[in-house]
Amino acid sequence: MITIINYNAGNIKSIQNMLKRIGAKSCISGDAKEIEQAEKLILPGVGHFDYGMRNLQESSLIDVLNKKVLLDKTTLLGICLGAQLLGNRSEEGVEAGLGWIDMDVVKFDENKLPKNLKIPHMSWNEIMIKKQSNLLEGLTNESRFYFVHSYRLKCNNENDILATTNSGYEFTSAVEKENIFGVQFHPEKSHKYGMRLLENFVNV
Amino acid sequence: MRRIRIIPVLTLQNEKLVKTIRFKNPTYIGDPINAVKIFNEKEVDEIVILDITATKEKREPNYAKIEEIASEAFMPFAYGGGITNIHQIEKLFKLGIEKMVLNSILETNMDLVKEAAKIFGSQSIVASIDVKKNVFGKEQAYKISGSTKINLPLVEYIKQIEDAGAGELLINSIDRDGTYQGYDLELIKQVSSSVHIPIIACGGAASIDSFLPAIQHGASAIAAGSMFVYTGSTRGILINYPKQEDLVSKVYKQL
Repeated sequence: MITIINYNAGNIKSIQNMLKRIGAKSCISGDAKEIEQAEKLILPGVGHFDYGMRNLQESSLIDVLNKKVLLDKTTLLGICLGAQLLGNRSEEGVEAGLGWIDMDVVKFDENKLPKNLKIPHMSWNEIMIKKQSNLLEGLTNESRFYFVHSYRLKCNNENDILATTNSGYEFTSAVEKENIFGVQFHPEKSHKYGMRLLENFVNV
Repeated sequence: MRRIRIIPVLTLQNEKLVKTIRFKNPTYIGDPINAVKIFNEKEVDEIVILDITATKEKREPNYAKIEEIASEAFMPFAYGGGITNIHQIEKLFKLGIEKMVLNSILETNMDLVKEAAKIFGSQSIVASIDVKKNVFGKEQAYKISGSTKINLPLVEYIKQIEDAGAGELLINSIDRDGTYQGYDLELIKQVSSSVHIPIIACGGAASIDSFLPAIQHGASAIAAGSMFVYTGSTRGILINYPKQEDLVSKVYKQL
């Protein structure tokens, strides 16, 4: 059973729809006791970094998540804002992130982008796979995913970079550190590519 | 290579898919869920579903149907039709809709855009503007499925919408709707040079060859109706979408 963390900051239903489609059992919960029992976790998220962190704090989920992920080594996948929250901090706000992966979240540098590329980066785009991972099994550099974001992941440790994407310039689009995965794009909205990624997550 | 989103726009009337010409004569196409399933297989970039009679009939979005459609949509899904307040938007998000398309409410309640953008982010708010030329050839915005004229001049209107915090503008040419005459390039140019937010061009697409000029005139994304539900201008019903390799060679690599 996969537990999708409900902290009022994500498009949870789409993730559940796709998990159902691939035959994976899932539940949605914002309750610390239930999350404590989870076999696997998905941290979704859409919106402002501080809004996401504050919602996690207000839902009293940070302690249980720290325990699950850092001590119990439960596999977790962060999606979009959920991936950004795995880092130390974000230029978008002032709140500290979960700090599980040594990375910062920075704004796209508009000066480095061609004029016709707008922020948010709202587009389908390919990934460039940087290391072998169970999460990306069967996916290639031709695999396309749907992105919508204005801030991007910036890893301090190159070993944590799982994939990059080029939109004007190259940025980190997926990260992996031990039992923790994060993807900037939306697998739940990325057709067969996203389906494969979520299937891989189910089978990790 | 820069990818542009290519978006089928499906219009709904009484839970059935229909297609109009110049916003008139809705013709039955089929079942929306079937269409979405086919569009999944075709790996479409995104999908827009508009309930074109909700506002006219003064009713709420048809949540049950929308939920059913959303459960089959494994691509970004935008919904429009009958949205008038923030509670509806919240409810639609919970059903699995990523983007809200606002149209008829904009003229009287621009604050809804502000409020929704603040809570859900600008990226999830699409302002849809239907445009028709008057007898002097001047472009005018319309609401309620093209039936009611908006009093403000077009450019002023879209600037207000941008200021309110909409993430994108879906610009639909009523004159070109269902006509296969190609996009109204002048309109796209005029609108995209007036605002900074992305423009989704809609109305008039005949084939994949219609896309490039629209993008070159300032569209950030491309939408079409007839071309994705008919085989061609003879209008035999066939849900279709260009092949990825054709989009790459004929559109993305030409940019």
